[in-house]
Amino acid sequence: MEILKTYKLYIGGQFPRTESGRSYAVLAPNGKHLANVCQASKKDVRNAVQAARKAQASWAGKTAFNRSQIVYRIAEMLENRKVQFIEELAAMGLAQQSAEQEVQMSIDRCVYYAGWADKFQTLLGSVNPVGSSHFNFSVPEPMGVVGVVACQQTALLGLISQILPLLIGGNTVVVVANTTQPLCAISFAEVLATSDVPGGVVNILTGEVGELLPTLAGHMDVNALSIAPIDSNLQNAAQEAAIDNLKRVRIFTDPLHVKSAQGLPYIADFQEIKTTWHPVEQVAGGAGGY
Amino acid sequence: MSNSTWNLEPSLESAAQVQIKSQYELFIDGKWQAPLSNAYFDSVNPADESPLTKIAWANAADIDLAVSAARSAYDNSWSTMGGAARGKYLFRIARLMQEKAKELAVLETLDGGKPIRESRDIDIPLACNHFFYYAGWADKLQEAFAGQQISPLGVAAQIIPWNFPLLMLAWKVAPALACGNTVVLKPAETTSLTALKFAEICQEAGLPAGVVNIVTGYGDTGAALVAHPNVDKIAFTGSTAVGKQIQKACIGTSKKLTLELGGKSANIILEDAPIDQAVEGVINAIFFNQGHVCCAGSRLFVQESIADRVLEKLKFRLQSIYVGNPLDKNTDVGAVNSKKQLETIERYIQLGLEEGAEIYQPTCELPSSGYYCKPTLFMDVAQSARIVQEEIFGPVLTIQTFRTIEEVVQKANNSPYGLAAGIWTDKGARIFGVSQQLNAGVIWANTYNKFDPASPFGGYKESGFGREGGRHGLSAYLKFSN
Repeated sequence: MEILKTYKLYIGGQFPRTESGRSYAVLAPNGKHLANVCQASKKDVRNAVQAARKAQASWAGKTAFNRSQIVYRIAEMLENRKVQFIEELAAMGLAQQSAEQEVQMSIDRCVYYAGWADKFQTLLGSVNPVGSSHFNFSVPEPMGVVGVVACQQTALLGLISQILPLLIGGNTVVVVANTTQPLCAISFAEVLATSDVPGGVVNILTGEVGELLPTLAGHMDVNALSIAPIDSNLQNAAQEAAIDNLKRVRIFTDPLHVKSAQGLPYIADFQEIKTTWHPVEQVAGGAGGY
Repeated sequence: MSNSTWNLEPSLESAAQVQIKSQYELFIDGKWQAPLSNAYFDSVNPADESPLTKIAWANAADIDLAVSAARSAYDNSWSTMGGAARGKYLFRIARLMQEKAKELAVLETLDGGKPIRESRDIDIPLACNHFFYYAGWADKLQEAFAGQQISPLGVAAQIIPWNFPLLMLAWKVAPALACGNTVVLKPAETTSLTALKFAEICQEAGLPAGVVNIVTGYGDTGAALVAHPNVDKIAFTGSTAVGKQIQKACIGTSKKLTLELGGKSANIILEDAPIDQAVEGVINAIFFNQGHVCCAGSRLFVQESIADRVLEKLKFRLQSIYVGNPLDKNTDVGAVNSKKQLETIERYIQLGLEEGAEIYQPTCELPSSGYYCKPTLFMDVAQSARIVQEEIFGPVLTIQTFRTIEEVVQKANNSPYGLAAGIWTDKGARIFGVSQQLNAGVIWANTYNKFDPASPFGGYKESGFGREGGRHGLSAYLKFSN
């Protein structure tokens, strides 16, 4: 007899059940029952935000090189579990070839962003030639805790495309997964838990976007939102809730699971720019060259 | 030591060198147009409450005309002429501003109350330099964003505050035009004159009609501009409360938004700091431009071991601050911008007393007419006090002490704002260590209130989003597509 897998939430590096005790059934397109998953509550959102905040400073404090290695490790773990992800995608309705393609693209995207972790700073930062006797430079810094509503068209690639550019930039995230196809998101959490990503850096919730997003968008300890294409009423409500603490809100209108949906702007959108000034002493005798 | 012992002879800049018209119209489509409502409002000199002129009050119908003019200029000339040509116009504007620098400085001081020394040496030169700086970017945008597809946004609606009128205009207009957008700009109601003078400069520069439109008025004018459906970009500098209203008004639209809002910036003196320099830095951080500075160092944190010495020196220095006629070249602190703002500041000073803080003000005498406020220190303030938490936008400094760096970082970050911060110490490693921990967009280490067109400016948290200045300032005025 087959052992069925239990899909739980991923909060602070642990796999708890929802505090609400609710679950919902995930069905294949042909109506076949695939699994029960947790239906996260507002309280779970708050717990996840707390975990993400707790993890943020030390994640941002790791060296960029270290974050690069950790994200590359995700790619290795994903490669290892390739078969499982292809099976899950296929079970949720994808053709075999599309499933294989999506997993391959997901792995490639991990490798791609692993490479960015210690390079985007060079491109987003600058040394600025001010007119007074000061040394002046600008560097990107993570926004902090980012609430993510994952792509609802794909189960894996969209999610990865959204969170990796945030992670390599030192942000921590609270993700609301694809509601109807949540299996890969939780399996991906298992990948994260077995790679070297510290607990709390990524938190993944399954449930209703309409129920969870307002709490996430209104939470005063969330700094930014990344929202994949969803119902425009939900988007607008999230934007309104985000105003209270002036969250930075990025709403994607284009799909995130396409080949072109990667690059520096996806990183830059979740970075602040800090500019520092310091006086430069005028040293006598300097001829400014030879 | 007090003002009287300095016995300074007044050294007044002549106001006769500027011609202020008796009435100003709206600048729309390259022409001066009377407001459709025929409404005008009075503008006064805050230094003595004397009337300066009457200014057109634009309504939604006027805004519609201005946006249409900007749209047609965008479609027919500005977006198609190429970056090099746009750059040449901007260079020409910068030169004309330099030629009229004296006139602009006096006008700025008459209209807004800031000391002539500051408008002459800081505001106007920085505004000119901003145009020079962005002029050079106009034909190098693709190089600034290599590998990305960029295009202008269209019509930019820009709303600016009264604290640095022409400089804020420059921060908004120069990058917008360099990137190929056209603009409708609304200056603050108390400080419209240099923006209207700038309109004359645009005419003189031969800028195509409609590329720059100046619509004067109050908050209702700004709200109509924000709400206009044909606007593609909104850039606002002002209060956090209004910034949030604007953000709300943009929901469900594709308008790109940047906000530069309020602040309550921490200025931190560590025990190894060069004390005399730090005290001068504190004075500049909070009393520059009467404290009407979004990034003012309004919360001073002094390490406990040096607190007595710093306080003594600060009080001594306060006595030699010259508060008076903004046109006097001796003046350090001029007139508060408006009666309304003076009342706000006075309300906060009263509140500070009610909250139990200890106050210190110098013994200087204030002019008998006009809006003036003494430089004010508040000691013994609680972290939770309203004068510590809320932006006062005036010459009022709260002073707290701390023991450890961990403590001061926590206190400095304990604010909804995150615009700027200052740190004073002789230790290089400590500067970097502390500044990395501070949630603020601008860090001034062993200096304060320095600005430059090449230096990105803007806040974290509720101080807004987006940057102005430098290469980063271009992003606010470009569309990025894959």
